[in-house]
Amino acid sequence: MGNGTSIGRVRGLGSAKHGAHHWVAIRFAEVGNLVLVPWLLVSLALMPDYSWPTLHAWLARPVPATAMILLILTTFYEARLGVQVMMEDYVHDHGLKFASLVALNVLAVGGGAFAILSVLRIALGGA
Amino acid sequence: MTASSSPNAGRPLSPHLSIWRWGPAMAVSIIHRISGNGLAFVGLPILAWFLAALAGGEEAWVPFARHAGSWYGLVVLIGLSWSFFQHLASGLRHFVLDIGAGYEIETNNRWSWVVLATGAVLTALFWAFVLLR
Repeated sequence: MGNGTSIGRVRGLGSAKHGAHHWVAIRFAEVGNLVLVPWLLVSLALMPDYSWPTLHAWLARPVPATAMILLILTTFYEARLGVQVMMEDYVHDHGLKFASLVALNVLAVGGGAFAILSVLRIALGGA
Repeated sequence: MTASSSPNAGRPLSPHLSIWRWGPAMAVSIIHRISGNGLAFVGLPILAWFLAALAGGEEAWVPFARHAGSWYGLVVLIGLSWSFFQHLASGLRHFVLDIGAGYEIETNNRWSWVVLATGAVLTALFWAFVLLR
C-alpha cells in the first residue's frame, strides 16, 4: 500500500469483485440440495429396515448411487461456500483467515472425495 | 468497542449484536448461520461416516447403526434434521428477499415466524413418520 497519494492509500481496500460469482454459485448449490437432500430423507424414511444388506443393496443401484454422488457434490460445495462466509465474518487476522480458508478447502475436497469413494465402492464393488 | 486512536473515533456505530433488540427476523438470521454451520461441521462428517460404514461391510456398519440408533444418536439426528428443515425454510426466505420482496416490517416479521414454525413442523412430521409407521 502506498503512503503518499490519496489513491495510493485506498488501493487494494475495496471489494475483490468476486462476490457476485460466490453468490450465484452458492444459490446453484442450494437448488441442488433443495432436491437431493429431501430425496435422501424420503428414501431413508421409506426404507423397510436399516440393516446392512437392505441399505447396501439400495445404494448399489445406479440411480440412488448417482443421486448420492450428486448430493455429496452439492452439499460439500454449499458447505464450503457457506462456511467461507462465516469465516470471513468472524476471523479478522489476515494470516489466520487465509489458514482457515485453506483448511476449509482441504476438508471440503477431502471429505467429499472420501464420501464419493465410499459410494463407488458400494456401487461397483459387486459384493 | 473503543477506538480512540482511530480516525473513526466518535463516529456512530451501526447496530450490532450487543445493541440490537431481539426480533424474529434477527433470530431467523442467526439460526440460519448456526444451522448451516451445524450441517457442515456435524452433518457432513456423519454423512461420510454413514457411507464409509456402508461401504466397509456388515462389521463396519453395525457400530455405526448402534450409535445412530442410540438415544444420543437420535438426539444428534433429530438436531441435524431440524437444522436442515430450518435452513431450508430460511433459505427459501432468502430467495424471496433476494428478489427484493418482503422487507416491510410486518411482512418480514410474519414470514420469519412462519420460517421458524415450518422448520419445527417438518422435523416433527418427518420423525413422526419414521418412528411411528
